Amino acid sequence: MEFIETLISGLSIGSTYAMIALGYTMVYGIAKMLNFAHGDVIMVGGYMIFVTMTALGNPILGLAAAVIFCMLLGITIEKLAYKPLRGASPLAVLITAIGMSYLLQSTAQIIFGSAPKMVVVADFGNLSFAGLTIPIYTLVTLGCSLVIMVVLSLFVKYTKIGRAMIAVSEDRGAAQLMGINVNGIITITFAIGSALAAFAGFFMLMKSPSLSNTLGAMPGIKAFTAAVIGGIGSIPGAMAGGILMGVVEAISLQIPAIAPYTDAIEFIILIIILLVKPTGILGKVRREKV
Amino acid sequence: MTKLKNFKWKHYINYLAIAIVTIVFGAMSLGSALPFSTVNLLEKIAISIILAVSLSMVVGFLGELSLGHAGFMCVGAYLGGKVSALLEPVLGSEFLTLVIALIVGGLIAAVCGIIIGLPALRLKGDYLAIVTLAFGEIVRTIFMNSSDESFGGSLGLPTPRYDKKYLFIFAFILVLVCLAVIQNLIRSKHGRAITSIRDNEIAARATGINITKYKLIVFTISSLFAGIAGVLYSYSNYTVQSSNFDYNYSIEILVMVVLGGMGNISGSIIAATLITYLDTTLQTVLVGDLAVLQDLFYALILIVLVIYNNAPALSSFRANHNLGVLVARFRKHDPAHRRDDEAKWDRVPTKIEMNEILSVDIQPSTSTMNPDKKEGK
Repeated sequence: MEFIETLISGLSIGSTYAMIALGYTMVYGIAKMLNFAHGDVIMVGGYMIFVTMTALGNPILGLAAAVIFCMLLGITIEKLAYKPLRGASPLAVLITAIGMSYLLQSTAQIIFGSAPKMVVVADFGNLSFAGLTIPIYTLVTLGCSLVIMVVLSLFVKYTKIGRAMIAVSEDRGAAQLMGINVNGIITITFAIGSALAAFAGFFMLMKSPSLSNTLGAMPGIKAFTAAVIGGIGSIPGAMAGGILMGVVEAISLQIPAIAPYTDAIEFIILIIILLVKPTGILGKVRREKV
Repeated sequence: MTKLKNFKWKHYINYLAIAIVTIVFGAMSLGSALPFSTVNLLEKIAISIILAVSLSMVVGFLGELSLGHAGFMCVGAYLGGKVSALLEPVLGSEFLTLVIALIVGGLIAAVCGIIIGLPALRLKGDYLAIVTLAFGEIVRTIFMNSSDESFGGSLGLPTPRYDKKYLFIFAFILVLVCLAVIQNLIRSKHGRAITSIRDNEIAARATGINITKYKLIVFTISSLFAGIAGVLYSYSNYTVQSSNFDYNYSIEILVMVVLGGMGNISGSIIAATLITYLDTTLQTVLVGDLAVLQDLFYALILIVLVIYNNAPALSSFRANHNLGVLVARFRKHDPAHRRDDEAKWDRVPTKIEMNEILSVDIQPSTSTMNPDKKEGK
């Protein structure tokens, strides 16, 4: 019984990771860069929920405001920091992204202070049946993220923009020759990724209401690990990797002997996977061309 | 005399500067005791220089990003500190203990570097950044949760002391050793192989350079020195706290490298000195929530400098507005002056142009037989 509870909690954490990992993996697939600032977009989303909720008191409005604000933020970051470096070495882009992550964290601390804020978005209580006690927020998180992931997969597969995204990730030059507005697609990708980050921020606040400027740092790194484990650049891979990370985390937290080492265990899995199957679980092997 | 023809001041200026600083402050310390704060600052500067120069080798010359430099330092600090705590009563000699601790700490950090580098450096792309980031977190978690008898756990590991009068002199001598190893490596034939990997990995491989081997060598040496810096840190601070070696510390070292100019060792030394000095002075000025201004400053340094130095749109602006042109203008009073034998760098084909010129598949397959149908499935 306890195992099923752990599993459900793991799936819920995992689906949050999967949402964040999707942002990383889509940006990597299309812009070929690791967006280190992605985790901190979650934190900005969290603060946006906090601001809207103190003003209006409605968590759904807070979520909407956070999604819109994060989309705009994602687009702004892309235009200001990453677009000037298109064509420069990947190292330069990576360092700029780290700088951006630092900038968001310190700006948030300047505006809101370092003391954590309490944001109670919703209190659903627990659901008990057949001997199980499951907090309802885990089910809400799981349900919402499943819906979002299905919608996203359909969007990428069947809409014109989604197919253009696949084209750009396959071959940017060829996509451009086919008349696809590559810059536009990259902007849209950043917007979608940041919107997903805002949702993830909402789910995380539902789980624990404490909000500080490092809210997104650790989940960001873990989701990023999840994206790499699943195969960076692959959307189903990010989902699988995220869920795997969440389940491993939940199980490891339940075993007292290894609970303090949970973070270490997750990262060791990453190193092992890179050693055994460097492209990740569902990643594609790309042929290298001169 | 033919040997002296190759003598260039710029190759020795770093040693000279460090040696002068060591001798001047060493004499002051031995003559009349320097205040504790100055000695402490000098130790910190020496540690920062070792860290920045060794990271600069990975980031600036190899072109890979390591975000776990503080993690390797942490390994060195804990193991070096533990070894010295165990050996001090047995050996009875402070100096010998310090030397053994440095060797042990450095070597274990280097072994960690090999373990981390092997999976990450075989792959192309940004995997090293991810894995080193993960490594930093793993190390921190493990030491934080260690038992009190082994590594002190969350309270930190107390380390033996060394006479503060001499420790910084020793640290600066290690800076010289570090510079000698890294500068000579970079200037050797192997160094050119390393920079060629940074500039064009595929071309480097085509000329027969064993990419993984070189990457691993550079990364291992870099982690070795990070470990040595860690041992110095443990001696300088009396206790080792795993919380000090977090991600932010790795970023701070990266800021030193970026501020100094990637691939410029003198720049790294100057930036490391400057940032460490600023850190210690600002610690008393910026208290509480104001301390975040420093992080903001670092973030802006990273973003602005990297965009300025790398943006393709600014390349012509950079060519006309750099320090070299400024110096030339100052010397010759002629803004348009250029030496005849000077290479015109704007004419050298860039990487992208090279890619266009050499658009051939390197892996021979059936599809290359027919160039018109290259991507045929």
